[in-house]
Amino acid sequence: MTIPFPAVPSGLWAAAAMIAAIVLASTAGEVLTAAAMKSVGDLDEIRARDGLMGAIRAVLTCPLFFAGVGFLALAFFSLLFSLNHLPVSLVAPASSSLTLVTNAIAGKFFLKENVDRRRWTAAILVCIGVYLLAH
Amino acid sequence: MAHLTGISLAHPITLVAAVFTPWIVLGIALLIGFFASYLTALSWADLTFVLPATGLGNVVVALLARFWLHEPISLARWAGIVLITVGVGFVTQGPSLTENTAIEAPSRAEEMRPVLEKEQVR
Repeated sequence: MTIPFPAVPSGLWAAAAMIAAIVLASTAGEVLTAAAMKSVGDLDEIRARDGLMGAIRAVLTCPLFFAGVGFLALAFFSLLFSLNHLPVSLVAPASSSLTLVTNAIAGKFFLKENVDRRRWTAAILVCIGVYLLAH
Repeated sequence: MAHLTGISLAHPITLVAAVFTPWIVLGIALLIGFFASYLTALSWADLTFVLPATGLGNVVVALLARFWLHEPISLARWAGIVLITVGVGFVTQGPSLTENTAIEAPSRAEEMRPVLEKEQVR
């Protein structure tokens, strides 16, 4: 027996809030993980100098990395929660494509990355592409 | 997972047993490989460079579904594949890492000074 999903089962605002929770948690996770890896330094160089175990140790002794992974886990469980209430064909493309745009904004403001016109264009093209591919 | 018998919350131990299924083991190993590569990329490139580039994974999945599993791909999905490919092509044409201009600028000026002084002497 299959249970049909209504078009917008829990109301528009509830659906938007669930997707927003996934997008926010995943953006925080990505930004913290990226900041952690920048603070660790080039992993290829660390591996060449201290071996694979040295590189793993460098990552696992960085507290920011665990903060990032914590938020990524929160994003994953928010995704599971929303899949219980909303159709996957809405949640998966909406969250993964919106995350690209919020990450471009967060990268510019929190990581001080140079998000030029080229990167904006890429983020928006991939965002629309992911939506078209996944919905 | 589709090959396994139904897993219910009443018997959570079946979920633990599922972890040791060969396909799940292979899936977990590949996911660890993905995360290790992703972290390595983030250690030398910007997040706004790496993240759009990982979008190419969606294209690989769609092409595998088309040519290996023989699933049909609609016109909208082909359009999505083209947009992602163009987007990734765009971002890879630029620099992968934001140069720290506050540190870089004086050092470049220092490097140029002897050259400039030599020119002035001439």
